[in-house]
Amino acid sequence: MSRLSIAIGDTLETRRFEADSVQLFLYNAAIWNPHRIHYDLPYTQQAEGHPQLLIDGPLQGDWLTQMVEEWLGEHGVLASFTYSNRLAAYLGDVLTGAGQVTECDEQGATLSLTLNNQNDKTTTVATARVRFQARA
Amino acid sequence: MSILTDELRALIGTEVAPFEFEISRNDIRKYAVATGQRQQRYLNGDEAPLLFLFSAMMPVIPLSELLPDGRQPDSPLIPELPLKRIMAGGSEYRVHGRILPGQVLVCRQKLSDLYEKQGGSGPLIFMVFENRFETRDGEPVVTEYLTRIAR
Repeated sequence: MSRLSIAIGDTLETRRFEADSVQLFLYNAAIWNPHRIHYDLPYTQQAEGHPQLLIDGPLQGDWLTQMVEEWLGEHGVLASFTYSNRLAAYLGDVLTGAGQVTECDEQGATLSLTLNNQNDKTTTVATARVRFQARA
Repeated sequence: MSILTDELRALIGTEVAPFEFEISRNDIRKYAVATGQRQQRYLNGDEAPLLFLFSAMMPVIPLSELLPDGRQPDSPLIPELPLKRIMAGGSEYRVHGRILPGQVLVCRQKLSDLYEKQGGSGPLIFMVFENRFETRDGEPVVTEYLTRIAR
């Protein structure tokens, strides 16, 4: 990818994310998150009223940073990243990440990103700013 | 009528004692695997992905201190508000440098803003927390602005 080839409206390759219970367990262990809604199904359903275990919001944010960095390759670095979870995502959901370049200049580019579930409802939105530079 | 009193607004700028967080290669590798990471530098633990820093915010406390829902108690920076239901509102990260194994990062936390809006089903209070990660020498690495919403 050459930075000169980047233009407003360019789209990122979509990526599908489908966390299973093992990944959910490992993620929450890795970040030291003991909240029951990510591993205790009876509690999650009976006490919190959710239909299934919840996929962490920050995990969805991480997935979107992965898409940006895979698109960017060695041509730059993430300069800023903003994300917001809009809708609960549950174990078993199939989330599809998508992104588009919304601004582009000599210094960098801005991307708008979404994760949508299998019902085409958006669970997470994000904006990333990348700066073009060789990675150290 | 505003539900944010002068007393509450006076809390803007409140800080808690900074804490240190050691970045370990093995922790990065575990995080990279758990997130389905595909970049080799993260899988090798040569560098940490940005949102690895979320784990820095999880206090390691005795089991007996965890709440009935499993969570660690909330940050002391969350003020006593007239609205009790707290929701996540998103995060903004400004990246100043790479997160590398072996670094010891200092995290400085501050309540940086409190404001209110009228939501569809009533008033909302927005709390913005600044989490500033820097090296022991004071070099900024990442600054996070974390928003939580009370309704």
